[in-house]
Amino acid sequence: MDQFTLNLIVVGFTFAIYIGIAIWARAGTTAEFYAAGQGVNPVLNGMATGADWMSAASFISMAGIIAMAGAGGYQQSAFLMGWTGGYVLLALLLAPYLRKFGKFTVPEFIGDRFYSGGARLVGVICLIVISVTYVIGQMRGVGVTFARFLEVSTDTGLYIGAAIVFAYAVFGGMKGITYTQVAQYVVLIIAYTIPAIFISLNLTGSFLPQLGLIGSYAPSGGDLTLLSKLDTVVTELGFTQYTADTTNMFNMILFTMSLMIGTAGLPHVIIRFFTVPKVADARSSAGWALVFIALLYTVAPAVGAMARLNLTTTFWPNAVQGDALAGDAISLEAINTDPSLAWVNTWKNTGLLAFEDKNGDGLIQYYNDANAGMQAIAAERGWAGNELTKVDNDMMVLANPEIAALPGWVIALVAAGGLAAALSTAAGLLLAISSAISHDLIKGSINPSISEKGELLAARIAMGGAIVVATYLGLNPPGFAAQVVALAFGLAAATIFPVLMMGIFSKRINKEGAIAGMLAGLVFTAVYIFLYLGWFFIPGTNTYANTPDQHFFGISPLSIGSVGAVVNFGVAYAVSMMTKAPPQHVVDLIESIRVPKGAGAATGH
Amino acid sequence: MADRTSSSAYWAANVRVILISLAVWFFCSFGLGIILRPALKGIMVGGADLGFWFAQNGSIYVFLVLIFAYAWKMNKLDKEFGVEE
Repeated sequence: MDQFTLNLIVVGFTFAIYIGIAIWARAGTTAEFYAAGQGVNPVLNGMATGADWMSAASFISMAGIIAMAGAGGYQQSAFLMGWTGGYVLLALLLAPYLRKFGKFTVPEFIGDRFYSGGARLVGVICLIVISVTYVIGQMRGVGVTFARFLEVSTDTGLYIGAAIVFAYAVFGGMKGITYTQVAQYVVLIIAYTIPAIFISLNLTGSFLPQLGLIGSYAPSGGDLTLLSKLDTVVTELGFTQYTADTTNMFNMILFTMSLMIGTAGLPHVIIRFFTVPKVADARSSAGWALVFIALLYTVAPAVGAMARLNLTTTFWPNAVQGDALAGDAISLEAINTDPSLAWVNTWKNTGLLAFEDKNGDGLIQYYNDANAGMQAIAAERGWAGNELTKVDNDMMVLANPEIAALPGWVIALVAAGGLAAALSTAAGLLLAISSAISHDLIKGSINPSISEKGELLAARIAMGGAIVVATYLGLNPPGFAAQVVALAFGLAAATIFPVLMMGIFSKRINKEGAIAGMLAGLVFTAVYIFLYLGWFFIPGTNTYANTPDQHFFGISPLSIGSVGAVVNFGVAYAVSMMTKAPPQHVVDLIESIRVPKGAGAATGH
Repeated sequence: MADRTSSSAYWAANVRVILISLAVWFFCSFGLGIILRPALKGIMVGGADLGFWFAQNGSIYVFLVLIFAYAWKMNKLDKEFGVEE
């Protein structure tokens, strides 16, 4: 059976499961549509949260981002700590209290706690900006994965993905999405860990990639550790040491913090904790979510380090045993004839890998041609610059099974895993968007007397509309899709997280303070990002060049969210102190969300 | 009024647990993983230095233990103060 047929069977099988779940888990009430009837087991909710959270970026890109970073793999640890540490904040500071509040959306809490339709509206705007920017990347991820493994165009892949999401999200709402995400989690974690285990066994002899990362490098006889071997090999070729210290510790701290509080402030993650039966379940469910996320996130740095080493020793065969430069680089002849190197041409054809024999010697020299020491060696040996001209970050995960020479069904599984990661995150985001429209805008302000049935229909139409918009944006992505993710995290950190936290932990922050704080955080963060990435992301309109020497105090636009959060806290406090304290019924509300007792009876009305 | 006192005592106990947990959260990630890494280069966890290991793996394990410990401690406090569901 050829690879294409195998991919089709495995992906088709997983899609059949998702559709089957959609038919089984139709939502009959708004409580089921928005919060799965608040009856989801905390462990299953943790699994669904894992799939919801881990996007195409986590599954496909993260290991490569760490592996190929110019400043070394250590610097990118911010992603690993940031995208997991946020769950500690969720479990301690937000999830149990928002579950006790017992309603369906994040803006609804903001509106009730700050007794203001205006505050709720600002919440809706922040939510929609965050979620829409995020969903574009997921739709692209679906299209690209389809194109790579199933020989259809990116656009066709996107339509198929959108149709699948439509089937289970419109009919099943949160209930359908939750149980589909559980299935998607299982697919994606198997797809991620199997290739990682085999590569770890090959390189380190260790079954667990987590131990392989700190283990010894087997091909050298086990005298060297994996990381010291990697450090030696990459520095020999003129690259920065893999474990090198960060050059800007202050910025790394702020970046990690922004990702942590941004994670805790993402609406589609927060609403997952509305689905469990009790406050105690919300606490433990955050722990289970992190268990399932950690299964991938502790493997990712091992995948990154091992893939980088594999790539380097492929292009410098002598590096397996000794010094890379003591032998010749890989020859074009070997790439074209050696079956174990067939993957090099396979991935060259996808455009994720590119090489060019610039000096015409029949060998492909891979090195850092910006490094002065390497330039001297290159001049001496007649090299004409780095000949491995492109290595896409995504390749590190997608090509893993082929590099490790694993059977075809594992490759098919990776395709299904990439799709599961992108689809599950897209569905969660679409639900957050549609419930903000049907519950916060329509039920909350435009037509409060709408019937249960009418609201359910409105929610389904909003979901359908959100899918159409997301598909359109996926087909015609704004050129700045990558920068926009910085905005999503920055805004979640600077608006949603602070306002929720103050709403729970302070009785003194009032409506004026909350609105002023959110707007200050929003404007401050957006303006700082626009200064470097272009006003409203229009290319060429940036006021300063986006280079470290131009950044204020060395703070990159990616890290500004944590400063925006401080601005939000400060403004909210100052304004609240100058205006009237919240009324008694709001103080009672705060007292009631602080104790677990009595959450069961809560409803959305 | 007795009810109010016990619920504010419950809240004070909760905030104390949160602050201790956040101190651990900060120390393992920002502390060991970033700020103290240069100073602790000599200590190895297998083939990685302590700071590198905490930044890429260790802090995630600490986060996990921390959330379950918090959930367990709070369940106990809920019962002590009679506010469990």
